[in-house]
Amino acid sequence: MAYDKFTVLTSSAVPLPIENVDTDQIIPARFLKATKREGFGENLFRDWRYNNDNSPKEDFVLNNPIYSGKILVGGKNFGSGSSREHAAWAIYDYGFRCVVSSFFADIFKGNAINVGILPVQVSPEFLDKIFTAIEADPKTQLEVNLPEQTITILATKEKEKFDINGYKKHNLLNGFDDIDYLQAMKSEINTFAESSVY
Amino acid sequence: MSNTPTTLFDKVWDAHVIRKIEDGPDVFFIDRHFIHEVTSPVAFLGLENRGVNVMFPDRTYATADHNTPTVNQHLPVQDPLSANQLKALETNSSKYGISHWGLGNPKNGIVHVVGPENGITLPGMTIVCGDSHTSTHGAFGAIAFGIGTSEVEMVLSSQCIMQPKPKKMRINVNGNLSKGVTPKDVILYIISKLTTAGATGYFVEYAGDVFENMSMEGRMTVCNMSIEMGARGGMIAPDQTTFNYINGREKAPKGEAWDKALAYWKTLKTEEGATFDKEYNFDAADIEPMITYGTNPGMGIGISNHIPLAEEVGGGKSTYEKSLNYMGFHEGEEMKGKKIDYVFIGSCTNGRIEDFRAFASVIKGRKKAENVTAWIVPGSHVVEQQIKDEGILDILTEAGFQLRQPGCSACLAMNDDKIPAGKYAVSTSNRNFEGRQGPGARTLLASPLVAAAAAVTGVVTDPRELLEEAAV
Ligand code: SF4
Repeated sequence: MAYDKFTVLTSSAVPLPIENVDTDQIIPARFLKATKREGFGENLFRDWRYNNDNSPKEDFVLNNPIYSGKILVGGKNFGSGSSREHAAWAIYDYGFRCVVSSFFADIFKGNAINVGILPVQVSPEFLDKIFTAIEADPKTQLEVNLPEQTITILATKEKEKFDINGYKKHNLLNGFDDIDYLQAMKSEINTFAESSVY
Repeated sequence: MSNTPTTLFDKVWDAHVIRKIEDGPDVFFIDRHFIHEVTSPVAFLGLENRGVNVMFPDRTYATADHNTPTVNQHLPVQDPLSANQLKALETNSSKYGISHWGLGNPKNGIVHVVGPENGITLPGMTIVCGDSHTSTHGAFGAIAFGIGTSEVEMVLSSQCIMQPKPKKMRINVNGNLSKGVTPKDVILYIISKLTTAGATGYFVEYAGDVFENMSMEGRMTVCNMSIEMGARGGMIAPDQTTFNYINGREKAPKGEAWDKALAYWKTLKTEEGATFDKEYNFDAADIEPMITYGTNPGMGIGISNHIPLAEEVGGGKSTYEKSLNYMGFHEGEEMKGKKIDYVFIGSCTNGRIEDFRAFASVIKGRKKAENVTAWIVPGSHVVEQQIKDEGILDILTEAGFQLRQPGCSACLAMNDDKIPAGKYAVSTSNRNFEGRQGPGARTLLASPLVAAAAAVTGVVTDPRELLEEAAV
């Protein structure tokens, strides 16, 4: 078991209405030198969050105390670029458990689930509604319900279904991961390997 | 087996599925696995915590590349964190019996350069690595893609990962490329048409005259950047060019095994009438040398064009403005003539011998522009040696350039090769994201020819103007 179970998360959210947020922004390469997975939260969005002299950039959302919560809401095509799982670790380590966007890059989406972050893909219209709701009230609560596969803006009761495959859902609900699954089928893998071309 | 025509991708994918999970991913067998110092340490830590072993150590190869210096590689690595990562790769490899090509090893180099170079990459294989440009190996008709560290741990411990099968896309480019137009321009052109997310969820097959006539180096450049339009990977059907490249390389099959392999490889193509979920057709004649002007690889234009207006590009206006602001450019400006500060030639996209030949063809008989700092970084020691053997080093030296030692270098700027804030770099690498080449660095992605033209003129220059002069 690799991470905490995920069932229903009710929280305020942090808005980042920028498109194509790539993993080099989430965690710049120069911070990838660690050999452990903890501690990356400190450098999450480093170059958007801090000036060169390490003073916080006032206008960046993570530095604005009115926004907080365990849900990060990003613009379209979130997590493009490098396969670095460090990006997902940084988001998790900072305290987020869920990322909402209207579109995710493939590798990031897989990495997120593998570290226990739920990526919730919503329609562009619903994404706009979320941004509007947060703008109206930075403390507005979102409910992400994994068993039901729904996300709700509690203030307005607006709700949308999201997709996740049954296998991954089961994993997240129970805190299982793929390695547990694969370890259980080693003899099958061995047989396959013996007959493979390479 | 039914006799519906199948695609190259289906043939290779289906041959590697051990189990299909209902409403879930496929359990997918991996033939070859590459690891490097940055994305593997936590995977090894995971193995230790679970108390499991590496299942097939001889299917994994380790090379140090991301975080290595490109000068004085014989000296101890100065940065203690980098040194620690390199040490971890070495220790983990030796502990589990994995081949390790560390700094100084003659086989060392960028993972996607050394894999093919040593004949490890073969048609029909499945290949993964904790690096998104693993798609490079698709040039051989392999299914190759980047994975996260959790998946590195899966492959080490079980030689499998869990993958939903991607959808299929074919991109056809037919006709002939004009002079000065290289494989890098072809892929930058395709990405500019599809955008950075245009192929997300797909696996791409590149087909048509242009790819058939391309060298293996060129095909690698193209497949390498598949990820930049969101695709998991890209592949090209193997043909005689592929077989010739592989033949005789160290790990390639020999003798009877070669004949057997060859017979199999020849079956690896998309059959007539096979269908794709999406298909695009482009005309080679429409492609000119490309350059990017923004902060993602989809923001590229032909070098004689102007930076598009916000309303001409899809997507949010504020995102577009943010991007141009970062670059210090304005809508409607011409790219040609813009002053540049740095030139980087190298990376797994354009760090192979052909790229240095192209670079040399432009700079020969010219001098490096005074205002330009150039970092010329071979993709591997083998490439470095070729540069010397072919006399390219002499041309470089003559023109005032220096050759560095192999590694990823300024492609991701994890080592000291960082472009300073606010400076402009024409780079043959693959990503122009904010800060990719150093905090505040401004990257213009282009081919080795465009990089060479900029290196000798100090401004963005159409290399065709120089090639014509040279031809006279
Ligand atoms: S050269 Fe760049 S893209 Fe290629 S493997 Fe190295 S860091 Fe990744």
